[in-house]
Amino acid sequence: MSHKQTKLTQNPLQKIWVPWMSSKLSRRRGSSVPQFTNSPTMIVMVGLPARGKTYISKKLTRYLNWIGVPTKVFNVGQYRRDAVRTYKNFEFFRPDNEEAMKIRKACARSALSDVGTYFMLEHGQAAVFDATNTTRERREIILSYAKDNGYKVFFIESICDDPEIIAENIKQVKLSSPDYIDCDKEEAVADFLKRIECYKVTYVPLDDDKDSHLSYIKIFNVGSRYLVNRVQDHIQSRIVYYLMNIHVTPRTIYLCRHGESELNLVGRIGGDSGLSPRGSQFAGALGKYIKSQSIPDLKVWTSHMKRTIQTAEALGVAYEQWKALNEIDAGVCEDLTYEEIQANYPEEFALRDQDKYRYRYPKGESYEDLVQRLEPVIMELERQENVLVVCHQAVMRCLLAYFLDKSAEELPYLKCPLHTVLKLTPVAYGCKVESVSLNIEAVNTHRDRPAVSACDRVAESS
Amino acid sequence: MNSGEGCSEEIPLPSSPRELTQNPLKKIWIPCKNGLPEKHIFQRKVCMTNCPTLIVTVGLPARGKTYISKKLTRYLNWIGVPTKEFNVGQYRRECVKIYKSFEFFSPDNEEGLKIRKQCASAALNDVRQYLTDEGGQVAVFDATNTTRERRDTITRFAEQNGFKVFFVESVCEDPAVINENIVQVKLGSPDYTHCNTDEAVEDFMKRIKCYENSYQTLDEVLDRDLSYIKIIDVGRRYLVNRVQDHIQSRIVYYLMNIHITPRSIYLCRHGESDMNVKGRIGGDSGLSLRGKDFARRLGQFIQKQDISDLKVWTSQMKRTIQTAEGLNVPYEQWKALNEIDAGVCEEMMYEEIQDHHPLEFALRDQDKYRYRYPKGESYEDLVQRLEPVIMELERQENVLVICHQAVMRCLLAYFLDKSAEELPYLKCPLHTVLKLTPVAYGCKVESIFLNVDAVNTHRDRPENVEVSRMAEEALYTVPAHQ
Repeated sequence: MSHKQTKLTQNPLQKIWVPWMSSKLSRRRGSSVPQFTNSPTMIVMVGLPARGKTYISKKLTRYLNWIGVPTKVFNVGQYRRDAVRTYKNFEFFRPDNEEAMKIRKACARSALSDVGTYFMLEHGQAAVFDATNTTRERREIILSYAKDNGYKVFFIESICDDPEIIAENIKQVKLSSPDYIDCDKEEAVADFLKRIECYKVTYVPLDDDKDSHLSYIKIFNVGSRYLVNRVQDHIQSRIVYYLMNIHVTPRTIYLCRHGESELNLVGRIGGDSGLSPRGSQFAGALGKYIKSQSIPDLKVWTSHMKRTIQTAEALGVAYEQWKALNEIDAGVCEDLTYEEIQANYPEEFALRDQDKYRYRYPKGESYEDLVQRLEPVIMELERQENVLVVCHQAVMRCLLAYFLDKSAEELPYLKCPLHTVLKLTPVAYGCKVESVSLNIEAVNTHRDRPAVSACDRVAESS
Repeated sequence: MNSGEGCSEEIPLPSSPRELTQNPLKKIWIPCKNGLPEKHIFQRKVCMTNCPTLIVTVGLPARGKTYISKKLTRYLNWIGVPTKEFNVGQYRRECVKIYKSFEFFSPDNEEGLKIRKQCASAALNDVRQYLTDEGGQVAVFDATNTTRERRDTITRFAEQNGFKVFFVESVCEDPAVINENIVQVKLGSPDYTHCNTDEAVEDFMKRIKCYENSYQTLDEVLDRDLSYIKIIDVGRRYLVNRVQDHIQSRIVYYLMNIHITPRSIYLCRHGESDMNVKGRIGGDSGLSLRGKDFARRLGQFIQKQDISDLKVWTSQMKRTIQTAEGLNVPYEQWKALNEIDAGVCEEMMYEEIQDHHPLEFALRDQDKYRYRYPKGESYEDLVQRLEPVIMELERQENVLVICHQAVMRCLLAYFLDKSAEELPYLKCPLHTVLKLTPVAYGCKVESIFLNVDAVNTHRDRPENVEVSRMAEEALYTVPAHQ
């Protein structure tokens, strides 16, 4: 065993201590939280059509990417649409349609192959294989593919026999599918129902006895009941927890920042100042706006910082304070103007522009840290129904990136101006955004990525 | 005013927002009138239920109900949800001073049935008192509750009192698991003090038989309106039905992450740092020479322990990482394991804090758990920050956590079930490894000093915590330093 003490050096961007010589000991993957995945994981959907498989696939993928697990959806239906340009009718899905069966099998294999590429060449960590996978035979193919390549497999089966839910599902996402572009509504519904019947004939659900060695979760009737079998590791545990907290009840999430603050007015970042006069005006306007929306049972959340609480106070309703919603900690740069940061910490300022997502302020935080901090907030937002979150610029960018599926590169530059409410309504597979400006002037606190490269700037300033 | 699920109270919009004042201890902004704080503003803790929750265990004897009850109670209390367990067997032991044999549990022992029913009622009464009068938020009703009839009684009781009910059923038919269970916790029970092992096991098996005939497991159809989790074969499979709210969701997540595979958790601090030597708190300094020596000894110690598949975790601060580097094994860095942020007091000596912030220093001594440093954190904040670490520690097996004084106190308090009052004063000296091994219903602790001297960084609570105290009184308990 070596007795030499390895010297440490601090990575200037993320402020992470790493051994001076690259050491195999520190297994950092560049995040503030260990990821705990060794083998890549295949998440395999199971279920009849219109059971929410694609909804779950997309939502889960969005969540995993947001918390830093590179994930991608592989929708076999999409492969089928690329292979068979025009969809005629449900006959394609008849179990005795040999020609179609060949094509469908080929599409599944093609998708599996792309999963392999994603894991091996694109550093993916999780792949969601979105198809019906309703036969034991198909699932065997997937399992042996995974086994040959050393991938873990986790099944998500959605079981639902409530005709109302299925009808609503068909209305929300099937009618507008490329398959039914030239059909009228009734034709489409009739055809789709026949399509479901084709699958029912051969559907073999995961069997609690025969499949007891597999890892899976069965979701019954959109979440009233779950069966969880053999969770293998951390990521599967997180997936199960997430799936058990989401729901499909219609609701609206309102995001906004505190009213303009005293420090905003003088162009200083961070701190814990109170509202400026215009900020107080905004708080009053926000109260009127919220009242006008007549939202049933609205929850209001703020941070622990004075400016969000002052804003909430004007609403005249109960609110909860979350420390996790506090603005990003700018460490040594707290209370400074950007000019002062440029003057006193030019290298830091340049590094931040190089990689704003991963950049950590000295003795402060990064956007990456913020996301970890906000994960319990997102989890609770998923559980809740109508919520108004009064927060801060960087925090709002992180939350918005989760709802709108924005990448780590885009996140720190999302526009979240003062005195503007974003109204988010889940619709189909995504989120509708309405931007509502409450018509009260405020300073602009948005700083775009500068055009001049960091190196030039550092040279300039020295 | 309660904030939480199902309740949004509206008060008339004031002409202008209320003034805010910052609570000096916790640094929380609350509305005030004439400088005095108004009604309590709800702080986001973890349990957002208006109604208290009654957790009811279900299952044959030796299925781990008491193990789960105690562990869950410990976890909930640690994250800040006042929880208490009510073990009906305990009530029975107090009522029937001497346990004779399994015959007491025979279904046709009318006398026995009467007593058992009374004990259950007494326990429920205490539950009501705890949840309604004593500020409890969760009560764990630990008994077999194997008949639908008994469960209906409990459900009615809960409805009458406005409590939510969540059942936790443990189902297991693996004889090896049941046997191990009996060996670990039944043989040492007060019921079997005067028996030898074989007698005790035989009697207990007959006891289980008494329950088997009338056992009605939670049924998918008949009980579809109840909220419950069914744990099958010690966690191989779970059935979760109708989770109602946040706290139930957290309970399910916790139960799904715990396991009973034997393992050890090693907790220690970084080696002595340059700041430690100077008597300064916080900062991000490197190891002193003695600290480096500790790192080497720690490596030797770990080697000798010959631990299979040991995971090593550090914080993202230089001193823990330097310590881990000395082990020559892979390690993972967690930002969540960073030392408590002392805000404006970072890198100060206690003497300097007394000098520059005497009020803060006094407040801290008054309530060290809830006290938040200006622009920093409190122990209470630390616990929230550490919850994902605890969750992952539950999932893992053998782990060595190299962390910091305040962090180690929080983790230790979780494992040893220490209260919020005790937590900030737990002794976690430098250069000492604590080896925690789960045993029976708790945790065995072994303290191993690795024979490298270090400064003492433990500051006891001084006698005088009043703001008006003299500097000497405040500094009386400050440990020696350079």
